[in-house]
Amino acid sequence: MTGDAKTAQAKEDEYVHKVYNEIAEHFSETRYKPWPIVTKFLDSRALGSVGIDVGCGNGKYLGINKDIFLIGSDRSDGLIKCAHEINGQYNVLVADGMNLPHRDETFDFAISIAVVHHWTTRERRVQAIRHILSKVRTGGQVLIYCWALEQGSSRRGYHEGMEQDVMVPWVLHKTKAETKDKSKSTTHNSTKNREKPDLSGVEPKDRAAFVAQWKKERQEARSIQQQQQQKEQEKANAEKENDASDATKYRFYHLYKEGELEEDCVSAGGSIVDHGYEKDNWYVITEKI
Amino acid sequence: MKLLTTNFLKCSVQSCDTSNDNFPLSYSAQSTLARDESIEFNAAFLLKILDRVDWPAVVTVAGELGNSGLPATKPVLSSGDVAQLGDDELALLRDLHVLLVQTTLVEGEMKCRNCGHTYYIKNGIPNLLLPPHLA
Repeated sequence: MTGDAKTAQAKEDEYVHKVYNEIAEHFSETRYKPWPIVTKFLDSRALGSVGIDVGCGNGKYLGINKDIFLIGSDRSDGLIKCAHEINGQYNVLVADGMNLPHRDETFDFAISIAVVHHWTTRERRVQAIRHILSKVRTGGQVLIYCWALEQGSSRRGYHEGMEQDVMVPWVLHKTKAETKDKSKSTTHNSTKNREKPDLSGVEPKDRAAFVAQWKKERQEARSIQQQQQQKEQEKANAEKENDASDATKYRFYHLYKEGELEEDCVSAGGSIVDHGYEKDNWYVITEKI
Repeated sequence: MKLLTTNFLKCSVQSCDTSNDNFPLSYSAQSTLARDESIEFNAAFLLKILDRVDWPAVVTVAGELGNSGLPATKPVLSSGDVAQLGDDELALLRDLHVLLVQTTLVEGEMKCRNCGHTYYIKNGIPNLLLPPHLA
């Protein structure tokens, strides 16, 4: 392996493999809705077709079509465990996308949904697609989805002209006890209990001056108290910030621009059968020549 | 892992691809098997699967796991249409359903016949990741 490949692999270990294991359970809870074009692709496979789902995550596509035999694999054992717990009948295994254990030139089809964009260099992305293609028979189709640079009105705000290699945050939800707002411990006095100056023993003529002085002292005391509260609030906010940065994990993505995924598939030795855009992603159906 | 999956798995080590011994992997006789009877029999599906499996590998793996009752050569059925099949042929497909689809490997080991690397199956999940020196 070259030095460049080693560097790329180290980056993928840190910003892809490790992160997916850390966020697996939370990630899995958010991944249950199949994308329509993937469902359509799977439903249109012939009865008894045998295929692979490379980077199957929690296995949301493994149960779509009961008339095919689909083997899902993922680099993250955490996500594969989630898939197995969701449905013990899913065919899943832990494997690396660059060293797949599936027999070569055997499968009728393959899918790889939102996976190829995690490899950190173009060379490795093309290599990954070539490796998937090596598993399907001649004429076998591979459906690949990658995140798009052109995301229109999505909340992430990625668009043309931006840097394509990005670190995308994943914020882990903490448990209630951990996220409890610490600022709430400093409660303000309610108006009901507002203090009044004690005027007993003060001559009526002196009362106005007494009250004015009392108010001034109260004001000073209150401003000190407010400053203290503000400090406490800032401290609490800083603590919350620390909690949040601990719970934010970054994943590497290469955001594909229009036409790029087609180019990568052709470079990997596939022909283009279909391509398009769905839900902030570019997709290609490429065929083994 | 269903027994059918073993028919599609080879060693992850790429240098083993030049050998004919990287498929099927060799399964330990001590492996723990289970049967999931809730998976329904689909004759048409089994007919297609029978057509495409590597039969010698089915025989080898089943033998390692304690089932040595399979014929040495792949059974040839009289029709590709389930409706045309005889009772014996349907019974054969049903047996294959039990063996390949309902039988799962829960705990066990599988070893490459070429490089000797051992992979493990735990809680029904096979792990085919390679250690850094083999990747």
